Amino acid sequence: MLYAILCYHSEDVVCSWPKEKDEQIMRQLSEVNEKLAKAGRLGPVARLLPTTAATTLRENAREEKLVIDGPFAETKEQLLGFFVIECADLDEAVDTARQLMQANDGATYEIRPIGYFMPGVKIT
Amino acid sequence: MTDLTWINGALTSARPQAVAALLRYFRDLDTAEEAFQNACLRALKSWPQNGPPRDPTAWLIMVARNTAIDEVRRRRKQEALPDEEHISDDSDAESDMADRLDSDHYRDDVLRLLFICCHPDLPASQQIALALRIVSGLSVKQIARAFLVGESAMEQRITRAKARIAKADVPFETPGAVERSERLAAVAAMVYLVFNEGYSASGPTAPDREPLCDEAIRLARLLLRLFQTEPEIMGLTALLLLQHARAPARFDSQGEIILLEDQDRSLWKRAFITEGLALIDKAMRHRRPGPYQVQAAIAALHARAAKPQDTNWAGIDALYATLEQMQPSPVVTLNRAVAVSKVRGPADALAMIEPLAAKLSGYFYFFGLKGGLLLQLGRNQEARVAFNQAIALAHTPAEAAHIRMHIDRLIAETEAKQKGPVASRA
Repeated sequence: MLYAILCYHSEDVVCSWPKEKDEQIMRQLSEVNEKLAKAGRLGPVARLLPTTAATTLRENAREEKLVIDGPFAETKEQLLGFFVIECADLDEAVDTARQLMQANDGATYEIRPIGYFMPGVKIT
Repeated sequence: MTDLTWINGALTSARPQAVAALLRYFRDLDTAEEAFQNACLRALKSWPQNGPPRDPTAWLIMVARNTAIDEVRRRRKQEALPDEEHISDDSDAESDMADRLDSDHYRDDVLRLLFICCHPDLPASQQIALALRIVSGLSVKQIARAFLVGESAMEQRITRAKARIAKADVPFETPGAVERSERLAAVAAMVYLVFNEGYSASGPTAPDREPLCDEAIRLARLLLRLFQTEPEIMGLTALLLLQHARAPARFDSQGEIILLEDQDRSLWKRAFITEGLALIDKAMRHRRPGPYQVQAAIAALHARAAKPQDTNWAGIDALYATLEQMQPSPVVTLNRAVAVSKVRGPADALAMIEPLAAKLSGYFYFFGLKGGLLLQLGRNQEARVAFNQAIALAHTPAEAAHIRMHIDRLIAETEAKQKGPVASRA
């Protein structure tokens, strides 16, 4: 089964990391990714730009489509990235998220089984 | 999870909001800062044992407030009877604090804290030092290093600045819309000053000052999170990101500046460029242009060019024309002339900068550009005069040598190009 593993973290904290810390986290995460890729389990991975770069499109009560600056929800921790990973079952998904967590301390991981997945075309 | 880097990160990121809330509460900068320091010390003891709180900022504000109130009480006990007001205030502090944190209040708190640092009575250098100390929480030692002054001199500068704002009486009421936008503009200008303090540095000490650029970007992002729909704040953040993206390519091994067209563009930081482009794109949809957006748009056109020859100079010319109208300044016109020389040729560019001679007589880029344009027009003798004026204005021998080297190359290139036509004329 495919799982989306969503990474949440406080943007304030992540933006305050010194460059070395950021690089170290990215290195540790890519080690986990490499292992998953070797096992043929790794799908698309993305690190999102800060929510300050986000734009939200939503409809108001009068059915007008509004373009709003900022993320959909104002939360203490923000969605900062995601991984799509093949896991046999939830146990394996939890175990994978745990590995990601070890590589990126302080982050919270939401595990969401994927109902429909389209890999799309190869984009650069 | 509660290792020291995590705690340090949490304390640093909580600082602006926490100190700002404490400032509103105590209405005194020193008390607010001291209370925050004490709360940080407690966090360092408590968090590794008890785990991090759900909301580190709220925790720090609450603990800071309680310890400061205890301190006040202890002092009052020795002097006089306890103050009723303080005690009743303390008892409902927790629910009160939760309310305040969830409201829009803290946005004005942080803005006020930043605004205090850019009080018009303070000279720019004091504004920057104060913001770095109070808002960013850099140590006096770190700031002194960035300003290339001694620690005690910097300590004095900050103390003096604090004394001045203590007398200045910044109002603590929630600001109205007009006042809020005035504050925001002043704060944006101060953030840009912090950035330029780092960005304009060159020579062997330049790396010491680079952290100022990082800090300015952090402050800009903080402002943008508070004012997510302000296109000028998007523009400011984009501008800083796009300029700082070039940092790894800006200096040679001697620490001298490498001009934009000579930089190794593969060294530019892609992540900064991506974010900067996304932000300026977003800002321009608002159709409320301002000087930061225009400058960011110019930086974006440079960032989009994979090679210097790919630069959209006509676009840059048009953007500088807009900037000239918004913020007329001889330096803006000088920069525009570079674009004009690429689009319409050196004669038009020269005609544009000649009237600036009186205002820019102390600016070596003026003579550098003038010399370059004259050279392209084949007026080599006049070009040499201008180049010598540029060299004479260098601040250090190293800078003079650098300008001379650049000029020699320019002359060699132009002469190589002119060889054909010159020979045919003869």
